[in-house]
Amino acid sequence: MAAPIALHLEFGGGAELLFDGVKNHHVTLPSQSEPWDMRQLLAWIRGNMLKERPELFVQGESVRPGILVLINDADWELMGELEYQLQDQDNIIFISTLHGG
Amino acid sequence: MCQVDEEYNGHLEKISLPTLSKKCVKCKDGTAVLIIRVGDAFCRDCFKEYFIHKFRAMLGKNRVIFPGEKVLLAVSGGPASSSMLSQVQEGLSRDAPKKLRFVPGIVFVDEGGACGLSVEERQRAIAQLESIFREKGFPYHVVHLEQVFSLPGSVLEAVSSAPEQPGSSYKAAVDQFIQNSRGEHGLMEPSVEDAESGFAQLSTQDPTYPTEHRLALERLLASVRTLTAKEDLLQTLRQHLILHTARVHGYTKVMMGDSCSRLAVKLLSSISLGRGASLATDTGFSDTRYGDVVIVRPMRDYSSKEIAFYNRMFNVPSVFIPGLDTKTPEKASIQRLTESFVTKLQADFPSTVSTIYRTSEKLHSARTPQSAITDLTSKCLLCMCAIDTNTEEASAFNAILVSERLSQSGLRETAPHTQAQALPTESPGQCCSSGGQGQGCGSGDCCSSAQSSVTPDLKGLLCYSCRLTIKDMTAVETLPQYIMTEAEKRQRRLRMKMEISEFLLDDEESGE
Ligand SMILES: [Zn+2]
Ligand SMILES: [Zn+2]
Repeated sequence: MAAPIALHLEFGGGAELLFDGVKNHHVTLPSQSEPWDMRQLLAWIRGNMLKERPELFVQGESVRPGILVLINDADWELMGELEYQLQDQDNIIFISTLHGG
Repeated sequence: MCQVDEEYNGHLEKISLPTLSKKCVKCKDGTAVLIIRVGDAFCRDCFKEYFIHKFRAMLGKNRVIFPGEKVLLAVSGGPASSSMLSQVQEGLSRDAPKKLRFVPGIVFVDEGGACGLSVEERQRAIAQLESIFREKGFPYHVVHLEQVFSLPGSVLEAVSSAPEQPGSSYKAAVDQFIQNSRGEHGLMEPSVEDAESGFAQLSTQDPTYPTEHRLALERLLASVRTLTAKEDLLQTLRQHLILHTARVHGYTKVMMGDSCSRLAVKLLSSISLGRGASLATDTGFSDTRYGDVVIVRPMRDYSSKEIAFYNRMFNVPSVFIPGLDTKTPEKASIQRLTESFVTKLQADFPSTVSTIYRTSEKLHSARTPQSAITDLTSKCLLCMCAIDTNTEEASAFNAILVSERLSQSGLRETAPHTQAQALPTESPGQCCSSGGQGQGCGSGDCCSSAQSSVTPDLKGLLCYSCRLTIKDMTAVETLPQYIMTEAEKRQRRLRMKMEISEFLLDDEESGE
């Protein structure tokens, strides 16, 4: 059993508009048998945080193309993307590079 | 990502699993923080150096901005133009000889009135931007979109600049600059003072707009049926405001912050919008369509990813302002659809954007250079590019004309009508370039004079793409007055030309 983990999520570049215009969110993921990874986090965001137009943020099991992801200030492409195993207190940033957010 | 010397081959493979070698490819020492090209992981310091170098290299390579020249930075608050602003500031603060030597100012066009923002939202956005601009210390100009309703018709006149030998005149300007700087009072001093006094003057002045202009803008946008045409029209009006601001304050260059990701989208959507003939002008490094004011795009080597990372890592402030396309579905407009097409392709094939971008570098217009066209009636009234409607019979443009005519004319006698419709669209570009001023070929639009309606018929004065935009409008008369006035003027000129042409020898045959 993995313990619950606390994360700091940040949305920018207009992506925050899909989250009530709020940029910073402190969330706690409940404990589960497997460790949390990015794939599960995205599913969790979709189920618990996205208020409207989820397709403008997640597509398939990943983020919508054009949205950048930083894990602890580094490109998630260096961290294993969806496979990355989340640690307590991780800082995850989503920045939309799309025109109009 | 947008390196021109990048290899073509082998990049169209699907991304393999992420490389987990976390050392920087450049210094081989620092911990990599981002991947910019396929497999190229950079550390923070090397990325910063690379990013800054690229800006200087872009300006150095193109040599279009002269020392001491007044340059207007068009800042929308978005990441790319905010990043451009920070690069200019960085470049001006460097020590010689790497120092940039032009005199910058900033223009921001507040489009909140077109994008459904409340007065408070607009004021908040402007206040945020103003605090960024003040901190930079450059003079700035805040222009509201509503101000298009008080623009003079002269905005649409492309003033031709004398053709220059870029290399030699640039060198002469640099020499002049160095000589002046050696004296006690360099060329920079008065300019900087100017800038400062201008700054003080501008920041106190609050450019407002009357309510009737706010309503006029609402009517104008309400008359545009599609988001595609709205975005296109907004782009046109924004350009006119920026151009006007540049002219009024004596700026001879305007810097736009288009990234290569943006330009790739612009390139493909331009094709879909029928702007094929203007592609090179729309997306190139320098754009001379306005003649006296030249548009440059120094950010065109950066991908939106590089820009977003740089802004994040080095605290470049930007202000997110919702636009026409905010929160719209992916298929809401041609521009939006193209963007999602390109970004999706880019996600699977990371060389997509750079390939499109490199293609744009190879585009050249076979026509007369934009700056060389002096006859106003051969430039599009709205986008001010060369009118491209001089086409072969088998073109899409002619096909549309034919079908329009068939659906409109019905029982009316079509033969002479056809002739008259086709005439003004014929080749101001081509036969004028060979045989002087456009004679019979560029003759007036007889139909519009016969119709004698209050609103001038714009069609003959527009390029193919702008015609499509105007076609999506239900009430053309809602366009700002400066456009209508200039349209009437040009129509009179075309009619006059046609009348004169009866007394001239017809060189249409010999010309082509
Ligand atoms: Zn390095
Ligand atoms: Zn046009």
